[in-house]
Parts: sequence; structure tokens; C-alpha cells
Amino acid sequence: MRANEPLRFYAEPLPGVDCSELRGKLIVIEGPDAVGRTTQIGLLRQWLEQEGHAVLDSGMARSALAGRGIQEAKRGNTLGPMTMTLFYTTDFADRLENEIIPALRAGFVVLIDRYIFSIMARAIARGEDRRWIERVAGFALAPHAVYYLRAEAKHLVSRVVQGRGAFDYWESGMDMRFGADMHQSFVRYQTRLVRALDSMAQRYGFTVVDAARSVEEIFWALRGHIAALRLTPGAAAPARRPPKPKTRRVG
Amino acid sequence: MAVTHALLPNRYSGRLIVVEGIDGSGKSTQLFLLSQWLRSQGYAVAFSEWNSSPLVRQTTRRGKKKASFTPATFSLIHATDFADRMESYILPLVKAGAVVCADRYAYTAFARDVARGMSRSWVHNLYRFALKPDLCFYFRVPLDVAVRRILGGRSAIKYYEAGMDLGLSRDIEESFRIFQGRILDEYEAMAAEMGFHVIDASLSIEEQQQQMRAVVIEAMGEHLAAGVLRAPMGGAHAGK
Repeated sequence: MRANEPLRFYAEPLPGVDCSELRGKLIVIEGPDAVGRTTQIGLLRQWLEQEGHAVLDSGMARSALAGRGIQEAKRGNTLGPMTMTLFYTTDFADRLENEIIPALRAGFVVLIDRYIFSIMARAIARGEDRRWIERVAGFALAPHAVYYLRAEAKHLVSRVVQGRGAFDYWESGMDMRFGADMHQSFVRYQTRLVRALDSMAQRYGFTVVDAARSVEEIFWALRGHIAALRLTPGAAAPARRPPKPKTRRVG
Repeated sequence: MAVTHALLPNRYSGRLIVVEGIDGSGKSTQLFLLSQWLRSQGYAVAFSEWNSSPLVRQTTRRGKKKASFTPATFSLIHATDFADRMESYILPLVKAGAVVCADRYAYTAFARDVARGMSRSWVHNLYRFALKPDLCFYFRVPLDVAVRRILGGRSAIKYYEAGMDLGLSRDIEESFRIFQGRILDEYEAMAAEMGFHVIDASLSIEEQQQQMRAVVIEAMGEHLAAGVLRAPMGGAHAGK
């Protein structure tokens, strides 16, 4: 979808939303755990604001309605895969209707850290029916662009080890016990997630961005893509350098 | 529309019995009496109420308190609650051979969420993971009777029960009447298609209960006698 085209719902128009009123731009960053999405969202936000765009960012399990409930449910040991999928979908719907759509009405650039695709990928990785979750998530707006930060599980492992230094229970898919220990389960689960996201790439028009690179390189790649969207009608965002770039590669 | 068949067929030894109907139709009383009877016959009986998942309850409460639900989030949080009860309670118990009695089931969502404006096909797909009930009793009651029971029995009608989120009327009683009327229409439209056993809820409590028990014996008497899990002590001493 081009940035000058009006937004539309995938399959299930939400009651009370007139898409022609949505003047803002909807940009999604997708990718597996520990791939560096949040860092990039922070950099992109700063850059877009410097360019004069009002930016809203939104990420999973941050809704006023379900955010806390999801955190609490994840602390226990009874959260089943179907329940998790629907809890996250509720969280997404609440953010879509109460944050994202109002911001789009107001003409914001909305940057989303994981959209329905992560919810779908997690469901598919856990063996749920792809068609079921695709139809459930059909009330989502089709974004103007989806950037899929892609890296193999091996790369993600090194990022986890160098970063947090420990594997997370849920990021390792330990609720499903994909492996004998956290590391093995992490590798298998993240491989399934990447495979599930790969399978959506064409259908949902993802732009695949190689994420096995430095933060700066990924940022410049994303910047190049977003600049090409021409967010401001009639004027491309100039490809000015950020304050102190170490490397510059647009691709 | 082959919607009923979209639910998962019950291939397990346990049984699933559900009651449906608008608020004030008397279905909870009837299900309670039925479950007491089944227990007295020695069967292992479990009970599941709509909107009762310990994982999800706080979130639903938060949304209701702040009146922040939209038709979509109202629908999704109830499906989440249902999924939790299905995954960690209903399905394991039916697999184990219990008779599970559910006060409201996916049909409640089919009626309410569609009355709120979500599309029928979307809501039906949402609940595709639900186990298909072996018996569904639908308590048919005229709107006026239900409204009188609700208004007489409680101090206040609840915001979402009255569909106040839809802006049908500023008067909560009027809104309740309109919204429950829509739900009633949805139930009536489903009754034949979904194979509901219709109980005339204006009959006496005893008559309704007799009809229910007769249907249970007719529909699953043999299976109950042969297949389902019995309470440890056996039925003969459990009364009645």
C-alpha cells in the first residue's frame, strides 16, 4: 500500500470507524524477539519528529484495558495458547480503537512495535489454525508499510546473550516446551516464529530488512524506506544525516 | 450456514450441557436444579459460568468499571475468558468423563456481539475452538416478562447489560429493553439452526425442570449410564 492511499480494514470493518477520516500514516515494525525493534522505533521516532511529524508509538501489551491483565497472566503457570492469543488480540483491539485510530484521525505518523503479525506468528508457532487467527485479526487496518526485521535464531541467541544475558521464559516458548532447556526451546520457538513471519511476508506486503547488522545500518535502511514513502504529500523527507552517524548505508 | 458444525465435535466420554437465554429467563436456576439431579444420580458434575476465568476477570472488571469497551474489545475479552475456561477447565473435564454444565456458552456471544454490531461470520469464527455442546437448552421468555423479572429482582440494571455503550437511549430501562430485544431476536434466529431445545420459560419452575430432565434422559441416558465418570461414592447414597 502506498502512503498516499487511504487506510482500509483487512476484512472486518470496525463499527463506527470511517476510514476516509484517517489522515495519518500507519507504519509497522515486525520481527522476532530480541531483533532490535524497540531500539529502531526509538531512533525512527526521534528522526520523524525532527522532520516535523507528530509520532505516536504503540507496542504489545501496553493497552489500558488488557496490558496489566496480560502481565499478570504471564506471571502464573496456567495461560494456555488460545487464551494468550485472544488476550493479545484484545490488547491490540483496545490500542487500535483508543490510541491508534484517534492518532490517525489527528494526522499522526503511528509507529507500531509488532502488529497483528506477531500475534498470528505466535499462534501459528503454537500449532493453532492459521485461518482462524487470520480471520480473528481481520479487524486490523492494513498498514501503509510493514518493515520486517529479519534475523535467524542463531543471531537472536547472540543478541540475547550479549544483551540481557538470560533467556526469557515466554520468548523461549517454554509454555510449549519446544526443547529440553531454555536455549534449545528458544532456538526452536524463534525459528518457528521467523518461519511463520516469512510465510506472511508476501501476502501482507512486508518489506524485509536484514537485521543481522549494526543498529546504525538497520536504521539507515529503515530511514531510506520510510523516506521513499513520502509521508508529507509533495515533499520527500530529505535524507539528512542524523547528528553523528558512524556508518551510512541506505539499502 | 454450517455454523454449528464449525464447533469441535465432542469425541470424549464426558458430556457438555449448556443453557442459554436472555437475562431474567430463569436459566441459571434450571441449570442448578439439573446439576443437582445429575449429582444425585452419582455422576461427576462440573459447572462453568460465563465470564468467570480467574485470569481474565480483572481485565473485564477494569473495562466495565471505566466503560472503555467497544463492541470489538467487549467481544474479544469475553472470548479470551471463554478460551481460558475451555483450555484449562471445560475440555480437560469433558475428556476426563465429567458432565460439564455451562451457564451461557458461545451462543451468548453470537447473540450479544452481533446485537452490538460485530459481523456474524467474524463472531462465529472467533469461537471455532469451542467444544460443541451435547445439549443446549434455550429458555424462551417474552421480553416483557424478562424485563419485569430483572427490574423487580435487582436494584440497578448494569451498563453493558442494558447496551448503554451503544447509545440506544439515554434512559437505561429503555436501552435495556431495546438491547435485550435485539439479543432475543438473535437467539430466536439461532434456535432452529443450532438445534436448541426450547424450554418455555413462562411455565412453572417444576414443569421446566421436568422437561429438561426428560430431554437429558432421552438424549443421553444410555451414554450417561454407560460412559461418564461417576462420583467416587457412587450414586445410590447421594440422595433424592
